[in-house]
Amino acid sequence: MLNKNIYLILIISLVFAISFWIGFNVNLLPAEASINAPIYDELFKILFIIGLIIFIGMTIAVIYSLFKFRKRNDQIGDGIALEGNLSLEIVWTIIPSIIVLLIGLYSYNIYDRMGGMKELNHNHEMMTSNTEKIWAGISQNSDNEIAINNLSIEVSAMQFAFLFNYPKGNFISGELHVPVDQKVSMKMESKDVIHAFWVPEFRIKQDIIPGQPTILNFTPTKVGKYPIICAELCGPYHGGMRASIIVEKESDYNEWFNKNKKPEVNL
Amino acid sequence: MTISIDPQKTNNESLQPKGWLRYFSFSLDHKVIGIQYLVCGFLFYLIGGTLASAIRIELASPMSDFMPRDVYNQVLTLHGTIMIFLWIVPVVNGAFGNYLIPFYVGARDMAFPRLNAVAFWLIPPSGLMLVASYFVEGAAQAGWTAYPPLSITTPQSGQIIWILSVLLLGGSSIFGGINFIATIIKLRRPGLKLMQLPMYCWAMLGTSLLVVLSTPVLAGTLILLSFDIIAHTGFFNPVLGGNVVVYQHLFWFYSHPAVYIMVLPAFGLVSEILPIHARKPLFGYTTMVFSIMGIVVLGLVVWAHHMFTSGTPPWMRLFFTIATAFIAVPTGIKFFNWVATLWGGKISINSAMLFSCGFIINFVFGGITGVALAQVPFDIHVHDTYFVVAHFHYIVYGGTVFIIFSSIYHWFPKATGKMLNEKLGILHFIITFIGFNLCFAPQHWLGLNGMPRRVAEYDPQFQFVNQISSLGALLMAISTIPFLINVFLSLRNGKDAGDNPWNALTPEWLTSSPPPVENWEGEAPLVPEPYGYGKEFSEQK
Repeated sequence: MLNKNIYLILIISLVFAISFWIGFNVNLLPAEASINAPIYDELFKILFIIGLIIFIGMTIAVIYSLFKFRKRNDQIGDGIALEGNLSLEIVWTIIPSIIVLLIGLYSYNIYDRMGGMKELNHNHEMMTSNTEKIWAGISQNSDNEIAINNLSIEVSAMQFAFLFNYPKGNFISGELHVPVDQKVSMKMESKDVIHAFWVPEFRIKQDIIPGQPTILNFTPTKVGKYPIICAELCGPYHGGMRASIIVEKESDYNEWFNKNKKPEVNL
Repeated sequence: MTISIDPQKTNNESLQPKGWLRYFSFSLDHKVIGIQYLVCGFLFYLIGGTLASAIRIELASPMSDFMPRDVYNQVLTLHGTIMIFLWIVPVVNGAFGNYLIPFYVGARDMAFPRLNAVAFWLIPPSGLMLVASYFVEGAAQAGWTAYPPLSITTPQSGQIIWILSVLLLGGSSIFGGINFIATIIKLRRPGLKLMQLPMYCWAMLGTSLLVVLSTPVLAGTLILLSFDIIAHTGFFNPVLGGNVVVYQHLFWFYSHPAVYIMVLPAFGLVSEILPIHARKPLFGYTTMVFSIMGIVVLGLVVWAHHMFTSGTPPWMRLFFTIATAFIAVPTGIKFFNWVATLWGGKISINSAMLFSCGFIINFVFGGITGVALAQVPFDIHVHDTYFVVAHFHYIVYGGTVFIIFSSIYHWFPKATGKMLNEKLGILHFIITFIGFNLCFAPQHWLGLNGMPRRVAEYDPQFQFVNQISSLGALLMAISTIPFLINVFLSLRNGKDAGDNPWNALTPEWLTSSPPPVENWEGEAPLVPEPYGYGKEFSEQK
């Protein structure tokens, strides 16, 4: 009996060790290029490790049972008439409940840190003018101070392109240029069917809906060019509906902005 | 309460065709209807599988070069619709439900045999209509979810035929659900208590409640959508002031429970198969019953986790995260109980057992990614990507379809009187298991790294992993060959099964194989302990 317990403990520790090793050493995610990304990857790592422990544990249990309790040729009759074990069943109800609850609370915390839980009806320069209800995706800071300094962009999506309107510069671009380390605030609306704005390196996604503007805020942290991908089936060329987001140093961004800026029309 | 059937009065036995022609008739025999469901479902599985192969051929290269883009969207729409509404739902509910439930409750047929036949005969025409819509003006191409405004703006005839066909299939499903509830509640033989029923009855009771509660919502939604398409009303059309997100709420109010309509019966079937081949009682009967009912209740209040990116207020996201994650608890209980059922048994390693164990491993994997997907911040990155595609194929293929095959190996001897060939069966399992995992496991990585779902073209850096996935799909297609050979060879000259080849205790095995029209020659046997394995043995000791 003691021997059996030692083996059990050994196997469980081995499963934990393997899961932690894989969780920390196998990277399944793309580069991290926004404030959200490291927070997301932290959640991913935790879920990955817990998932591995459960999956490896269950797989070992099934394969071990098939091997250990397989019917030998000389055996007749049935297995033990075990119909249940209340304390065991309580254990495997309560432990998963606790794990699930902890994961839920933890992901609530993650979501809060991503800015998802914040009230959406605060004063925002793009919203002050109209009182329509705007549904938001993720946003980072509820500080109005920062919100005012946001780079505001209006995104319109159509079959099969994204257009980025820079209201301050009075021009429209097919490429999204943003300065690094600055919060960007986007108001998105679709002209025809539902599209979605997804930048895998930023770990953000928000549907772009016709007749219902949505808000998406993010802060890029790494200079580079990343794909913007439409993630909602929008028609035959859905797979080709792509754009690029170019994160650049503030000076480079300003140069690009001033080059494209159109003079204000005074009437 | 039992019903006694006078064959002259109710069934017009003499007018019913005999032999294989029965299967093409409006038969009222639940066993014939069950087999009609199964064979019809399998034919549609072959069509859906062909479409899946076409998708994987297209995705073997990064460019859209195998078929036109709009045809690709039609193919993926038909693949999803056929696999869900014409293969999995009719087979795990209709086929096995009709075949087994009357045996399990000790009845001679279902409560409403004619309704039962109507429910089946709605399926072939609506399925054929759906497939034929390709030749009209192109089939529906808005995905099986048919989100407006895309479903309103794509060619109308295909979309309307799609709606009609899904409405008929939904009707069939509701008829079936009502019939199962009535049979399980009202047709039990005297002396058989609810808590003595085999677990599949409980699974079907829970499933049928979900069918009856949620399918009408889908029907109403699709009728409104068809008004938007034909009559230019504005329920979901934003141009006319409609709201597209409302459609998504209504659609998922059915379509998330639909996942449980697809997996709960499989949970029931595996609960029948494991004890018999492990020679042990089902572990934790009572907790199994409560966990099924827990899944039914929770399953109705989690639909918005399909909409985390579409614009939902934060409190709603939080509620649906917690509710969804909690489904893992009753589901987890069932899996622990099944492993405990295996533990200490005398397990026969045969095709039925292998497919059931493959189901446990695959479903645990799919369940774990499911809990992860329930977390809003996690879901926002991977929503609508290949990660989700991989997740639900682990649930519906790795889970339910594995159990369908397991059940075929298990009940084939009962339905035909012939055993299936074990060597071919194990070969079928090995190819299916390897092919399935090769096809879908790599897709998790694709989704995490930036490949959205429902695309005909993708970035070149994903080519290698996509080709692995396509190779897996090829293996899955090949795996059908030993299965079909096995079925046809065994039907012709398989080993005689005898009445009870597995030494099982559940009532369907306590009659001849194949069973007589009224299921038992004499009175229906009372089986108070359908899982009483090992009792005799320990008494002898």
